[in-house]
Amino acid sequence: MDLGPHAVFIIWAYVGVTAAVVALIAWIVLSGRRVEKRIAELEAQGVRRRAEKTT
Amino acid sequence: MTLDVAPKPNWFARIANPSQFLGWSRPLLWPLTILTAILFAAGLYFAFLDSPPDYQMGNTVRIMYIHVPNAWLSQFVYGVMAVSALGSLIWRHPMADVSMKAAAPLGAVFTALALYTGSLWGRPTWGTFWEWDGRMTSTLVLLLIYLGLIALWRAFEDQLRAGRVVAVFTLIGAINIPIVKFSVDWWQTLHQPSSVITPDGPRMPGSILTPLLVMMGAFTLLFITLQLKSMHTEIRRRRLATLERQRAAAAEGAK
Amino acid sequence: MKGFLAIIGRDLKLATRIGGDALTLVLFFVMVGAIVPFAIGPDKAMLAKLAPGLTWIAAFLSLLLGLDRLFRNDAEDGSLQLFRFSRTPLEAIVAAKVIAHWLLTALPLIAATPVLAVLLNMDMESWLRTVLSLLLGTPGLVALGAMGAAVTVSLPRGGLIAPVLILPLAIPLLIFGSSAISGQQAGAAMLFLAAISLVLLAIAPFAGALALRVSEE
Repeated sequence: MDLGPHAVFIIWAYVGVTAAVVALIAWIVLSGRRVEKRIAELEAQGVRRRAEKTT
Repeated sequence: MTLDVAPKPNWFARIANPSQFLGWSRPLLWPLTILTAILFAAGLYFAFLDSPPDYQMGNTVRIMYIHVPNAWLSQFVYGVMAVSALGSLIWRHPMADVSMKAAAPLGAVFTALALYTGSLWGRPTWGTFWEWDGRMTSTLVLLLIYLGLIALWRAFEDQLRAGRVVAVFTLIGAINIPIVKFSVDWWQTLHQPSSVITPDGPRMPGSILTPLLVMMGAFTLLFITLQLKSMHTEIRRRRLATLERQRAAAAEGAK
Repeated sequence: MKGFLAIIGRDLKLATRIGGDALTLVLFFVMVGAIVPFAIGPDKAMLAKLAPGLTWIAAFLSLLLGLDRLFRNDAEDGSLQLFRFSRTPLEAIVAAKVIAHWLLTALPLIAATPVLAVLLNMDMESWLRTVLSLLLGTPGLVALGAMGAAVTVSLPRGGLIAPVLILPLAIPLLIFGSSAISGQQAGAAMLFLAAISLVLLAIAPFAGALALRVSEE
């Protein structure tokens, strides 16, 4: 479609925003995964919260 | 006849307790994500395929559809942080710091995007990538405040103590932001540029209003979804810190 | 009231006893003014035009340098704990420290402005307006600085972050401060400057005391 004489600005605006939003989502999802993985590792090693200890 | 006298958690307690929060927010994440995606798809459709170019500024009006939502979010997210700061200081609500910490990087990104899209919109419309007008300048100052807050969070080792200190500064910022806005507007009238800037944007017939509103909704939902997910991760991160401390203590004890 | 005055007296005595700090800040202030022509050229007309803004920036940077001193020494030697539990309210103590700090840092700077006026080719009227503008605006800067120092007092290297936190919030003082010297609406600017300084002075004791309290927990 024809976006007029200033098409390059419109495209860069949308590309930039899309890239930033995707990066933001990726960062949040990946840091969540990293934390979950680390918790799973520690729990597998037998570390428990004091509240959950039965002894 | 036995009576169940256990107090049912009222709505405040349900959002106050971290594990309760995890409980009710987790099932919301996927529906929110899907809804956000749908709104973005609809927004893009309306922005490009179903709206006319503005009679004054042509196709560049389409940049407004992503500029205005980011500008709105830059202020709305600070509002969320300020309310969370009050919750942290006045009611000592445990989720308040988590909310404040999660919102800061999100707010910074939206503010930066507002500046980026504003700059790209300004170049064809006003002729330059940057103009020291009231709105752009105030948005720049807001970005600097967000970045300062993020730096403050990172400077503390103990994130729990950091929460209350950052809350105080968030409120100091909240009080000062209107003062900054006022002074920047005043300053800008002194240095009136020779070209006339029309910051109000195009008039708003329905065909232009629709993509704008849909995009506003899409971005706001994006913030809410990311905020919930971020708060989730922060709570889990605190649990992780506790576990790591336990492990270190156990290692010490075993010696 | 006694406690309030005692704190002011104490800070003044401590600073003049260890000595040197106020002079260092004044030296920095003068040096910033002195190096400007090297960076932007010695054209007298241009320097005269830029002088108000440059003086304000130099004053602002010098005050930022001295900020950390506000609470850090007290935090290190345990006085902050005493302040928290003393009969004089913490808010009054913060207010006293703001006043003492202004006397120790801003006043010497203002006294050094004639040097800058000569270096930057300010005329008499500009210089007088500069003095007035600094007199009205530096209390606000010190108040803002105190809030930044209180928020970062518990950080070991907090001195680096406090300026970053304060800078954006000090923009109104910069705007009205330099406009009050040479802007078209200088009179109005002077009044706004005084108003903003007053507002900052009013909230600093409370915000500062709150920040000190939550830092100690």
